Amino acid sequence: MYRPRVIPALLLRNLGLVKSIKFKKHRYIGDPINAVKIFNDLKADELVFLDITANKENRKVSLDFVKNVGAEANMPFSVGGGIKTISDIKEIINAGAEKVVLNTFAFTNPQFIKDAVNEFGSSTIVISIDVKKRFLKGQEVYIYSGTKPTGIDPVSYAKKIEDLGGGEIILNSIDQDGLMSGYDIDLIKKVSKAVTIPVVALGGAGKLTDLSKSIVEGYASAAAAGSMFVYHGPRNAVLINYPTKEELQDLVL
Amino acid sequence: MIVIIDYGMGNLGSVYKSFKKVHENVLISSSKKDIEKADKLVLPGVGHFSNGMKRLEELDLLNLLNHKVIENETPILGICLGMQLFAKFSHEGNVNGLSWFDAEVVKFDVTDKLRYKVPHMGWNSIQIARNNVLLDEISQSELFYFVHTYHIKCLDNKDVLGVTNYSYDFASMIQKNNIYGTQFHPEKSHGKGLKIIKNFAQKI
Repeated sequence: MYRPRVIPALLLRNLGLVKSIKFKKHRYIGDPINAVKIFNDLKADELVFLDITANKENRKVSLDFVKNVGAEANMPFSVGGGIKTISDIKEIINAGAEKVVLNTFAFTNPQFIKDAVNEFGSSTIVISIDVKKRFLKGQEVYIYSGTKPTGIDPVSYAKKIEDLGGGEIILNSIDQDGLMSGYDIDLIKKVSKAVTIPVVALGGAGKLTDLSKSIVEGYASAAAAGSMFVYHGPRNAVLINYPTKEELQDLVL
Repeated sequence: MIVIIDYGMGNLGSVYKSFKKVHENVLISSSKKDIEKADKLVLPGVGHFSNGMKRLEELDLLNLLNHKVIENETPILGICLGMQLFAKFSHEGNVNGLSWFDAEVVKFDVTDKLRYKVPHMGWNSIQIARNNVLLDEISQSELFYFVHTYHIKCLDNKDVLGVTNYSYDFASMIQKNNIYGTQFHPEKSHGKGLKIIKNFAQKI
């Protein structure tokens, strides 16, 4: 009875939790360690933390932060933000994370994916892809926290990641981010069909049926969301929440 | 004293944290002295099979582990790669393992490649094949956390303690005498995972 994962994806800025809309308009949500404690109680499957300003500030995600999460979390978690070297990864894993998430540096230095996989095994190396619609037609991969277009098609980049040994892809739609109106199912489906490694859907989930749709129709191996798990009600009050065991049961294939 | 063997394969923090919750005297170590004195051993690990064997060799632990586990019958729990190392042979790097089980380690060979992505990552249930104290208070439908590309294939069915389905059935828990192994990560599987760790630490 395999049940695909449901993953809160949490954004960090200055060590505080924030939530964005279309990668902009960041709103402060609260203390991340407090969120981990609540997600423990709610028995979340897995957590993803992305430090969205690390790269811009030319640093990597804080090791003290990773240690604090590691000391609290009863579930696996992955961490991303400004990771550029094998020793960065080693430090983050030793601090308690199960996986690391690479984005900009992996895109500009694909050999790094291969080196990281050789050192840590593919299941430790997650690559996130931020995708945005082109002005006229199609979609392309963006880097530097969604600020720089690359001209590269997400499907061909996903295939390249698989060839380099990447263990998992987090596929994030910039256009859908924070809208809570559903995932870009076509994008998820296109990428999932192109690779044999797990694809995690991210960007746009607002309700339970969105999660199951990404899995059933989009062939995602896991459904991740930000807003859905930190907001509650029509006015988007901040309230950490997570599906119940019974609700998750509906995701069993 | 429970010694978690540190052979440089992955993060041992969560394993240590879980064991500390159920047992007072837990140590992470790669020292032969500590391993020699251990009442129980844990062999965790994430990564490549051949690297795992190589690191055990480099630390000169192979003879000691054989002595402790086979001759002294010290209980040992292998987790994920740690469990796979108990096999005779692995196709991951085509190298020999500790050979405590008549088993080999093979890559997932799924038929529906769209539905069943590899690595097998996520929560899955265990069908309990036979009773064992390690599974006390664990029911058939409980979910555990898996992350792996290869799985063990036991040539002797008697060694299989639990089976999991991912495109097909594979052995997700094994046991022979004092040797226990789980393919999933009990240390990352919330309450029921902790139960398994507690059973190993307190009841075996």
